[in-house]
Amino acid sequence: MSKKLRKWLRAGSPWVWFNAGAVAISIIMVAGLIGLLAFHGLRHFWPTDVMQARYQPPGLPATEVIGELIESETVLAERLQDSGVDVDPAKNFYQRDLWKFGNREITGTDFGWLLTDYISEKKFPDALTVLERQQWGNFYGIPIALLERGETLANSRAQAENDSLLWAELQFRLDRAYELREEISSLQGQELGRVNSELERLRLLERALVIADEMSPTLKQEINENRATLESRLLVIQLRLNRLKAEISRDSVLMRAVNNREVQIALEDIVRAYQPNQLGLPGKFAVYFSRLWEFLSAEPREANTEGGVFPAIFGTVVMVLLMSIIVTPFGVIAAIYLREYAKQGLVTRLIRIAVNNLAGVPSIVYGVFGLGFFIYFIGGEIDQLFYAEALPAPTFGTPGLLWASLTLALLTVPVVIVATEEGLTRIPRSIREGSLALGATKFETIWRVVLPMASPAMMTGLILAIARAAGEVAPLMLVGVVKLAPSLPVNGIYPYVHLDQQFMHLGFHIYDVGFQSPNVEAARPLVFATALLLVIVIAVLNLTAAALRNRLRENYQALDV
Amino acid sequence: MEDSQSTNQPQTPAGADGEAKVKSEICIDIKKLNLYYAKDTHALKDITLAIPRNQVTAFIGPSGCGKSSLLRCFNRMNDLIDECRIKGKINIDGVNIYDKKTDIADLRRRVGMVFQKPNPFPKSVYENVAYGLRIQGIKSRRILDEVVENALRSAALWDEVRDRLEDNALELSGGQQQRLVIARTIAVEPEVLLLDEPASSLDPISTLKIEELINELRSTFTILIVTHNMQQAARVSDHAAFMDMGNMIEFASTDVLFTNPSEKQTEDYITGRYG
Ligand SMILES: Nc1ncnc2c1ncn2[C@@H]1O[C@H](COP(=O)(O)OP(=O)(O)OP(=O)(O)O)[C@@H](O)[C@H]1O
Ligand SMILES: [Mg+2]
Repeated sequence: MSKKLRKWLRAGSPWVWFNAGAVAISIIMVAGLIGLLAFHGLRHFWPTDVMQARYQPPGLPATEVIGELIESETVLAERLQDSGVDVDPAKNFYQRDLWKFGNREITGTDFGWLLTDYISEKKFPDALTVLERQQWGNFYGIPIALLERGETLANSRAQAENDSLLWAELQFRLDRAYELREEISSLQGQELGRVNSELERLRLLERALVIADEMSPTLKQEINENRATLESRLLVIQLRLNRLKAEISRDSVLMRAVNNREVQIALEDIVRAYQPNQLGLPGKFAVYFSRLWEFLSAEPREANTEGGVFPAIFGTVVMVLLMSIIVTPFGVIAAIYLREYAKQGLVTRLIRIAVNNLAGVPSIVYGVFGLGFFIYFIGGEIDQLFYAEALPAPTFGTPGLLWASLTLALLTVPVVIVATEEGLTRIPRSIREGSLALGATKFETIWRVVLPMASPAMMTGLILAIARAAGEVAPLMLVGVVKLAPSLPVNGIYPYVHLDQQFMHLGFHIYDVGFQSPNVEAARPLVFATALLLVIVIAVLNLTAAALRNRLRENYQALDV
Repeated sequence: MEDSQSTNQPQTPAGADGEAKVKSEICIDIKKLNLYYAKDTHALKDITLAIPRNQVTAFIGPSGCGKSSLLRCFNRMNDLIDECRIKGKINIDGVNIYDKKTDIADLRRRVGMVFQKPNPFPKSVYENVAYGLRIQGIKSRRILDEVVENALRSAALWDEVRDRLEDNALELSGGQQQRLVIARTIAVEPEVLLLDEPASSLDPISTLKIEELINELRSTFTILIVTHNMQQAARVSDHAAFMDMGNMIEFASTDVLFTNPSEKQTEDYITGRYG
């Protein structure tokens, strides 16, 4: 061995390289993961050009196809033959393209594979319009006329292939429809919901009075009067709604789709309309951000495969916050008892081992426990005691936000206990003695000196707890998460925070969209986008906690001075 | 060394002049005190001692002889050590502090202690000094301000920290921290002050200031001070005790102990021939 090599080895250089390499690989893996999610997820919102072409496989009549090209791949001819496509076996490989055709009412499926060889006459006509709809997915076609109450508007028949006047009028009427829809949804969601929930409370009050045998004629009359006013309010809202609905269904647009089929589409169904082929870069960006914003801020449509995930973001965040509020005091108090008050010995050692093992129990087991103990037992008891008037419909005896948060708190409490205990152990005895020597009791010492100093460690525990809880899906499916919740768990309707309500969750949303969706191709980009969002939400929650911890550290820093 | 404790009479400073004897009413009365950290570490052996009120008593002795352990008995700090057992009696103002009924927090407020190693809280300078008062429930900003300033002035720290009262105490230098914990202790106005090497990390000027402080406080407080600095012991104390290996070898008035010790061991130690 050369002297130089030996020296290199003795200096520990290979060791340093190993270490650096390990770090580099970890970073690359994490960056790769985020990059992949971002690439697939964020691309989905970009308005791709819409192609028009002629498709003629051998032996079949030519058809016109319109749609977005999603991806291409090379396949073995044999494979195509096995799946019943007529191909020339002499050729080994075929190129095929995945198209998004939209127009579900005409084509039956949104997506389809076309063999590239048989596609010809590709064009990107400017007038091709994408209509994103509330139902039935995208529609691709060219607007040819506007209709008002079923009558074709005299001057709105398309004069040319690409009629900008017609397009402007369509935009104008769409804006009106958007506004009306906004009004309808706020009327439905808030005012109607409020009156309905008041009616429901009145009904429960009446039942409670009957059950308790306290109903008197005067009370009965009062309740009936209240009910009558509420019902008249309901009627007023209903009338307004009907008027608005009649207004919004006034207009529709006549579209020419593939093979010269004409389809009439009501404007009330349209979420967004744009002509990607004639959009410049700024225009495309505008559409991109509008779609991205919709994803972040709107409710899902079409079995969760379109629209936004806002309720899922909201549900995730609310659940994690609630869990933090429950788990932090609980874990900290337990840790203080274990470390400061309990006599150290066999029992505390056993408890510590048990706590550590709890952290290793599979999360689905916690879900089962939550279902059996929290929901059926505690929830059932609560219903018997406090919500008897609503039975047999359960209030807390059914999966909901509170139980989900509690289950996750149980799942993460070991982490908080362990981290807090570690923080408490690290506080030097001399500091405690300093406090005691000034006449402080043990409690005052813990409260005024020890706990503030241990607070960064508690935050570390909370950060770990959040990281574990926010990504957990399996137990939630048993204790409160649903694929579509009718309303947010925190909203403007009394009592504002609905702990008994079921909620949506990003993790479950991914599972639902990715595996349970009827339209896998349409859902796939959303799976990536939602996964990216989940990672971001967890990161934001964690960074907030970490920032808080750093502030605490600054205040109570330097134990080792 | 056995013969020095052969009597069961409390050792009172021998050789003090008549006037001193009249003044020296006993404040802390220690009888046959034994302290074990574990079964085989017998840290204090049969200590019997009477410490006079409103005077300064110095404890000297080689490292590990049990000076800190003894001091920590007076405010029951050793209670915090699980294995530690104490036998014997300590009366402060005639009351047995190891009685079951003793209010330990109150005892510790009356018997203040400055530890060997400075241990400021990771709070602001102000809050460090105000801590003891806040514990007592004093909230008035005016009183707190006044007490904090006086305590810091007494500890010769005010001029250095008057502009950084809100800074974290851990940012102070070691010597400043030591004066801070002294200020913190005198802020609660204890009756007895236990100082465990209060000047060990101070420069000569600050040391002098601490000694001046001790001189000021001697009329109102009973002060017990541990020091490795013979000159300091000679300068500040009225009485001095020499300890070795957990035994109380000699207790006398400072003049006698330093000029005319009755034990050979004491003489060897103070003249530097120890060991
Ligand atoms: N917490 C403890 N647990 C066990 N033994 C201890 C403990 N504290 C002190 N001792 C032992 O008791 C003896 C006396 O210690 P102490 O701290 O009282 O000495 P000291 O005279 O203050 O020494 P120094 O001048 O170095 O501070 C030493 O042998 C020490 O090892
Ligand atoms: Mg010591």
